[in-house]
Amino acid sequence: MAATPTIGKATTEVVAPAGAGDRTATLRTWSLGLWSVFAILFLFLPIGVAIVFSFNEPAGRFNFTWQQFTFDHWLHPFADPDLARSLKNSVLLAVISTVGSVALGTLLAIALVRHRFRGRGTADFFVFLPMATPEVVLGASALGLFLVAGISTGFLTLVIVHIMFTISYVVVTVKARLQGMDPHIEEAARDLGASEWQAFWRVTMPTIAPGVVSAAVLAAALSVDDYVVSSFNAGQTQTFPLFIFGATRQGVPPEVNVLATMLLLFILAMLGLNLGVQKALARRDERRAAH
Amino acid sequence: MRLKNRSRLIPWYFAAPGLLWLLVFFLVPLLNQLNVSLLTGDPEAGYELTWAFSNYTDAISEYWPQIRRSLGYAGVATVIDVIIAFPLAYFIAYRAGRWKGLLLLMIVLPFFMSQVLRTVSWQLLLTDNGWIVSRLKDVGLVADDGRVLATSGAVIGGIAYNYLPFMVLPLYASLERLDRRLIEAATDLYASRAVAFRKITVPLATPGLFAGSLLVFIPATGDFINASLLGSTKQYMVGNVIQSNFLTVLDYPTAAALSFLLIGIILVGITIYSALLGTKNLTEAAG
Repeated sequence: MAATPTIGKATTEVVAPAGAGDRTATLRTWSLGLWSVFAILFLFLPIGVAIVFSFNEPAGRFNFTWQQFTFDHWLHPFADPDLARSLKNSVLLAVISTVGSVALGTLLAIALVRHRFRGRGTADFFVFLPMATPEVVLGASALGLFLVAGISTGFLTLVIVHIMFTISYVVVTVKARLQGMDPHIEEAARDLGASEWQAFWRVTMPTIAPGVVSAAVLAAALSVDDYVVSSFNAGQTQTFPLFIFGATRQGVPPEVNVLATMLLLFILAMLGLNLGVQKALARRDERRAAH
Repeated sequence: MRLKNRSRLIPWYFAAPGLLWLLVFFLVPLLNQLNVSLLTGDPEAGYELTWAFSNYTDAISEYWPQIRRSLGYAGVATVIDVIIAFPLAYFIAYRAGRWKGLLLLMIVLPFFMSQVLRTVSWQLLLTDNGWIVSRLKDVGLVADDGRVLATSGAVIGGIAYNYLPFMVLPLYASLERLDRRLIEAATDLYASRAVAFRKITVPLATPGLFAGSLLVFIPATGDFINASLLGSTKQYMVGNVIQSNFLTVLDYPTAAALSFLLIGIILVGITIYSALLGTKNLTEAAG
C-alpha cells in the first residue's frame, strides 16, 4: 500500500455531543474493539494450535488430540530424514529464487519508475498480470511448457517458477520505495560525470536498499510457503509444504509443527532486523540532512 | 544521434531481463495452454490441434458442479471477509491509536506460518468429536450424528480464513486516507451518524472494498488446498479438477480449458472493476 500524502491533518476523532451521545460513542468503540479482538483471535487460532501441538506426544499417527507434554520434538526436529531434506530443499530454493527475483525485479522496477519509454504502460500491466492469475493456472501452465519443451521437472524447474511468481511482488515493493525518492539526485550524479552504472550502484541502490530488503523478505516468505505452484513443477523433489500436504493422509508428525514455528520465528526476526536497519538508515539520512 | 539511440535503450537494459523471464515462463506457457485447450486426443496416442472449442463446452457441462461451487464458495467467503474485515479495518484506522502498527503486523503475521499447516490446524480444530464440534452439537447447530469437516461450511470457512488479510489491508488503506473532516461537515449539517456513515464513509471506502474483494475472490476461485484438506470430493472445486486432470488423469486439454475459464471469470471481474474505478486504483490496490 503506497502511502498517499494527506492534505493537512484530519481530526482523528469526531467530537461527539456530551451526555447520551458520549455513552453510545463509547459503546460503539467498545463493540468495534471487541469485534476486532475476535477477528484477530480467529486469525491466530490455528497458529496457536500448531505451536501448542509441537509440544505434544501423539498417541497414534495423528497429532490431533492432546496427550502429553514433551520437549522431544524441539530437541530433535530433524529426526525424520525426509522432512529434514524437504526443509533443506525449501530453504535452498527460497534463497536461490529470492536472489534471482530480487535482481530481475529491482532492475525492472527502476526502469518502470525512472524512465519514460514506449511500452512502459503495457510493461506495467504485464508485470501486474501474474499476481492476478490464480496460482493453480500459473503452476499448470508452467508444467505444460516444461512438458512441451521436454524439460523434466525437479529442483531447477522449481527455481524457474518461483522466480516467475515472485518477480511481480518484488517490482511492486521496490516501485513503492522508488516513487518516494528524488530523481534529481541520480541526475546530479550523471551531470557530475558518473556513468549510468556508477549512478546506479553508488546512488540509486543505497537509497532503495530498504525497499529491496523488504522485497527479498517478501519473496523468500512467498517461496518457502508455496504449495500450489510447486505441486505441479516439483517432479521428485520434496519441499516443506509439499511434505506437509503429503503427510496429511498418514498424519503430520509434530516435528513439522516445530520446524514451521522455527520458520515463523526466523521470518519475524528478519522482519524485525529489517525494521531496525531501516530506522537506523532513516536516522543516518536525517543526521546527514541536518549537517 | 548514436548517443541518443543508446540512451533510449537504457530502460530496456534494466527492464529486459525481468520482462523476458515473465515472457518465457508466464506468457508463453499461458499461450501454450490456450493451444492445448483446443487439442483432441488421449495421453497414449498423443494430441493434435483440431480447434476443438467443444473442449470448453464439454468442460463446462462435465464440471459444472465444481465451477458453480468455486464461484459460490469464493463469493460467500468474500462476503464473510467483508463482514469480518470492515469493522476491524475501521477500528485500526480510527480507534487503535498507538496500537495501529502492532495490529497491522498481527493481520499479516499469519502469512508467515505455513499455509498448509494452518489448514491442517483447522482440520484438528474441526475434527469430529473435537471441542468445537461438540459445543456446536450442544447448541444444536450441528446434528448429533453430523460433522463439520467434509462440509461446504468447513471449506468456505477455511477460504474466508485464508484470505481475510487481503480484505483487511486495502480496506484499512482506503479508510485511513479518507478525510474525516467530511464526516464532521456532514454531522455539522445535521446528518445523523448513520447517514454520514452511509453517504460518506462507505462510498469513499469503496475502492478498498473492491480491491479487497478482488484480492480475495481471485485466489479463492482457484483455491484447492482448503477443499482438499477440509472437504471431501463432494466439495471439490475447479482447482482440484485442474490439478487432478493435469497430474493424475493426464487430460491436458480439459485442464487447460478449465484454466482459461477461470481466467475468463477473473478478467470479467477486473474489467468490471476498472470500468467502475479505473486501472490506476487497481494497480495501486495491488501494491
